[in-house]
Amino acid sequence: MLEIRNLHAAIDGNEILKGINLTVRKGEIHAIMGPNGSGKSTLAKVLAGHPQYEVTAGEVIYEGKNLLDLAPDERAREGVFMAFQYPIEVPGVSNAQFLRLAYNEKRKHLGEEELDPLEFKDLLKERAKVVEMDASFMTRSVNEGFSGGEKKRNEILQMAVLEPKLAVLDETDSGLDIDALRVVAAGVNQLLTPDNAIIVVTHYQRLLNYIVPDYVHVLAGGRIAREGGKELALELESKGYDWITNPNAAGSANLNAAN
Amino acid sequence: MVTELAKRENTYQAAFRVVRESSPTVPWLELVRNSAMERFEQLGFPPVQQEEWKYTNLAPLAKQEFAPATRATAAAIDIERFAFPETATAHLVVVNGFFSEELSVTTGLENVVAIDLLSAVADARYNKVARSYLARNAGYHDNGLAALNTAFLQSGLFLWFPKNVKVETPIQITFVTDVEDPTTASFPRLLIVAEENSSATVIENYVSTREQAYFTNSVAEIVLKEGARLEHYRMQRESGESFHISNTSAELGRNSSYDTTSINLGGRLSRHDISVVLDHEGAECWVDGLYLVGPDQHADTHSVIDHQQPHCNSHQLYKGILDGNARAVFNGKIFVREGAQKTDAMQTNKNLLLSPNARVDTKPQLEIYADDVKCAHGAAVGQIDQEELFYLQARGINPELGRNLLTYGFAEEVIEKIKIDSIRTQLDEVVLRQLNTQLE
Repeated sequence: MLEIRNLHAAIDGNEILKGINLTVRKGEIHAIMGPNGSGKSTLAKVLAGHPQYEVTAGEVIYEGKNLLDLAPDERAREGVFMAFQYPIEVPGVSNAQFLRLAYNEKRKHLGEEELDPLEFKDLLKERAKVVEMDASFMTRSVNEGFSGGEKKRNEILQMAVLEPKLAVLDETDSGLDIDALRVVAAGVNQLLTPDNAIIVVTHYQRLLNYIVPDYVHVLAGGRIAREGGKELALELESKGYDWITNPNAAGSANLNAAN
Repeated sequence: MVTELAKRENTYQAAFRVVRESSPTVPWLELVRNSAMERFEQLGFPPVQQEEWKYTNLAPLAKQEFAPATRATAAAIDIERFAFPETATAHLVVVNGFFSEELSVTTGLENVVAIDLLSAVADARYNKVARSYLARNAGYHDNGLAALNTAFLQSGLFLWFPKNVKVETPIQITFVTDVEDPTTASFPRLLIVAEENSSATVIENYVSTREQAYFTNSVAEIVLKEGARLEHYRMQRESGESFHISNTSAELGRNSSYDTTSINLGGRLSRHDISVVLDHEGAECWVDGLYLVGPDQHADTHSVIDHQQPHCNSHQLYKGILDGNARAVFNGKIFVREGAQKTDAMQTNKNLLLSPNARVDTKPQLEIYADDVKCAHGAAVGQIDQEELFYLQARGINPELGRNLLTYGFAEEVIEKIKIDSIRTQLDEVVLRQLNTQLE
């Protein structure tokens, strides 16, 4: 579904990603982990097409298309979804209005019939259950006055409505208390099917207790420094990132352990 | 320039002689009109050298030959198309400045007096009220435009809410221009007096039957007595070729409440002066507005909120959206006079520029002469936020639609407070049409 080859990206002339290679197949959950500044959020934003990031080398093939050739909105309509680390407030536009507009843009793109407000209301009511969101959120302006947890739930609601093929969750766990984390994770798990895939970008292993990855990739200095299964996340939880980002120190630690 | 202005005054003066003969009134009002004409002759149209007119040049208006409309100027008008469904039983119509009983619907206006202003001054039941308040708040002694309107006071509307009368039905007043000659001027005049503990909703609606040039110079005076409540909407949807100069002056009695929202959409050149005087304790006002200014339009709002007595609150939010080479001006003064302690005044002006060629001059001003007050003001001029736009794009919304959605959302903060559904819906449509977007 997604193949990232030797991806380099920069912001304001500073190279952040220095050659990422990653393959994601249908039905898989991938976790991207790494310390602050390792480039994990940059990778998410580059996949979504944030205009501030410049791709300086490499390519991203998504469903046989060159993803980097597509504008952000085209990517979204093609089924790429990024849950924002800091969801944006859109004053004056109701959640329901916004979601229906986004939903219908995608339907139009796929040559499907658009839904009128009543039909959409039913769909929205159904999808809102995924994240246990109250109907009162639908008439409120997008994210305006929402708590941090409500904003994150709203992101997953958008995911539930738009049914992406590839969802990239950018630090969706940050700022969530344990109850909200459970709700969000349960929502994401409900949305996983054999035909879609999820990339979870996170600093902590905590979220991965609930959204269990098939693969874990650890970023350091803009490159993938380590890859493994879900047990790698647990190892990181107990050892921290140091042994990966600072291999010499880690090597001596291992040596000591062996002795 | 000087000779042109002098000539202009002579033209209006000629028309004024006709008015005096054709539209006689009670002696005191004759005196007021005569003295207003004298003031106009002395003051003329304000030049850009005057601080209050620094950014709005009336030279194109002063240069042109405008002839005041008469009662006979109008033809048959389809007034229905300007009516809001909510006001089906309370729609007052003023054509080219002249109140039209024939076109008005007043079946829903029990206990309310809604008559021609010139009849009111001659009517023993109302002349005392009319005389007390007409030309009192919209003074013409230092305002050439208010003077011109007052000199041509031949009709207009007198709206009187007696003591304790609570009107549930919103009352619409449509000031319609219906002229064929693009050099016609009209001088609508409105006097609203809300007696003690009365309450009402009034929609002042400025429209035109034709998309062409003309000159509207209107004055609305509003008096709220103790405990009176008025919800006031002012919709300016004049022709895009027209000049619209208007003045709203309100005085607020003890514990009264005045909630006004001005929507400025039309006019090639429009100027709205709104002044609210809080001269009794416990009065509160909301003075909000939205100006949507398109290519080749110039829209100017000058607002004065004058706290003269303690324990009064004022709230102001004005938003502007400018496109193309649009020009807008917002000048908002808040005065807190000596002794007006415990004043709470809040003023915000926000502008959204959709084009690099648009320009807004905004000047919020606070003048405080009391020490125990809470006052805040601010102004902002900005463009569409790129992070917001990216967020919408990341949800599949194309950039053009995204920009329009954000613009709509920007306007919505003002529109959503309007309590009359059809106005809100219509405004949503207007904003979206201007943006060539549909949400439904």
